[in-house]
Amino acid sequence: MNFKNAWIISKKDFRTYFTSPIAYIVIAGFMLIMGWMFFYTLSHFEMQSMQYQQYNMGKGPSITDAIIRPLYGNMNVIFLFLVPFITMRLFAEEKKLHTFELLMTSPVTLTEIVLGKFLSSLLLISIMLGITIVYPIILFVGGNPDLGPIVTSYIGTLLLASCYLSLGIFFSSLTENQIVAGSLTFASALFFWLVNWASQASGPTWGEVLNYLSLISHFNNFSQGLLNSSDVIYYLSFIGLGLFLTRRVLDSYRWR
Amino acid sequence: MIQVSHLTKLYGPRAAISDLSFEVKKGEIVGFLGPNGAGKSTTMKILTGFMPASEGSAKIAGYDVFENPIEVKRNIGFLPENPPVYPEMKVQDYLQFAAELHQVPREKVRAAVDQVLAKTSLGDVRNRLIGNLSKGYRQRVGLAQAMVHNPAVLILDEPTVGLDPKQIIEIRELIKGLGGEHTVILSSHILPEVTATCERIIVINKGRIVAEDTLDQLTARIKRGLIYSMLVKSPAQEGVSAIRNIPGVQTVTQVGPKLVVEIQPGSPEVRDQIVETAVKREMGVLEFSTEKVSLEEIFLQLTTIETPNETAGVAV
Repeated sequence: MNFKNAWIISKKDFRTYFTSPIAYIVIAGFMLIMGWMFFYTLSHFEMQSMQYQQYNMGKGPSITDAIIRPLYGNMNVIFLFLVPFITMRLFAEEKKLHTFELLMTSPVTLTEIVLGKFLSSLLLISIMLGITIVYPIILFVGGNPDLGPIVTSYIGTLLLASCYLSLGIFFSSLTENQIVAGSLTFASALFFWLVNWASQASGPTWGEVLNYLSLISHFNNFSQGLLNSSDVIYYLSFIGLGLFLTRRVLDSYRWR
Repeated sequence: MIQVSHLTKLYGPRAAISDLSFEVKKGEIVGFLGPNGAGKSTTMKILTGFMPASEGSAKIAGYDVFENPIEVKRNIGFLPENPPVYPEMKVQDYLQFAAELHQVPREKVRAAVDQVLAKTSLGDVRNRLIGNLSKGYRQRVGLAQAMVHNPAVLILDEPTVGLDPKQIIEIRELIKGLGGEHTVILSSHILPEVTATCERIIVINKGRIVAEDTLDQLTARIKRGLIYSMLVKSPAQEGVSAIRNIPGVQTVTQVGPKLVVEIQPGSPEVRDQIVETAVKREMGVLEFSTEKVSLEEIFLQLTTIETPNETAGVAV
């Protein structure tokens, strides 16, 4: 495992995001929706605070509860929709263009290839997340929010989005059709998101299992400012499993 | 440099190649010749470590393809059937990527790219997007990709497909020039291609090697008796039958003023006698020549022969 080789591949793929329209469309769409949501939550919070003051109902809602939590919760939903577009081409297109043969006959290991692909998409996600830092900055300029929940929300969002990425890369490795890869990614990410909806009806044991499996139930702690090792481990093992399975799929291509 | 022994690849019950064994020495240019679907690409994919064989082994530069794939891949340059190019990349960026991927030291990448651009005469298009290039240019970019890290072994699957005649000649010259320093295996189903570039030819059909030799020996081996053609002024009937009566002459066919004389295989030299007879009978010899058996015919013979006892005569 040589990190340099993975970096060469991720550099190439990262650049491809920007030489094709994908990065611009995904980032622009993301910023547009996020900006609108931030505006909406902020003005809603303002209105609520004013009402609390006007009728002397005591302390109004905190910035964390009224803005940070819904904002980052919604950001995760947007990533659920956007990540399939980011990951679907990573392997599917290589196979379609036959450039997959170049990768497979170059002196790089499969692990390096998978890691390189993952890194390139992680880099794009990080840029998207990086731009959203303007929202907390605005909040700090005009108010006094808690720093803790903001930081953990970023960590949680990055981890959760990485789970989608690893899922997306896995499905991209299965097919040479980008639409198929994207649809499967979206469907399965949505499934892992909603899987705990059935937890209440499934009895105590299964309910807990389903709750643990759900991607979103682990995010709640992050959005409250809690950095829980079990949540981090869950996300990291989800990412690891996805990438491991991708590596196995690539391996199986050689044996067909 | 390349040792292949008893290589077999099964796709389910169907064997794409079976029991393939051959060797290529350092600096040799070897042509892999066979009709479509003969197993050329499969063999090349196995040699480059893209897929494993079902049985047998292959060694390149002393490394086993299955046990040390990374070392093998470091020593080869591969041009697959479809050039593995990214349409959204510029030629120069793509070659740089290929060089880095093959672990060319960072400070040497630029020089390596410039050199290969010059070799494949791609300098004019170095800043163009590959997707906007014609098929011929894309093929050359693929070839440049295979050579950019200056590998010891070059494996080229149909390197001149899609090129125009001028480019074909250029690429053939380029490949010829690679011999000595590099070991080259190229595949083709086009005969002149192999004749023009390769020192040794391996003819493969239905996954088996049917012949393996130098071009001259291959031609000599296949010759079933010589054929002479003679152009005369007056092809008189008695003259023709006199030639037919020369011992060793099998048939004489008359096509207008042209006589096609077929000699029995293994018979002694009779050219003098034929010409002598013709001169004696005052036929007026204008032209006398040996009809060469072209590689095309050899190829057809080798790959279309069905019965085993006929094949025995040509197979190694």
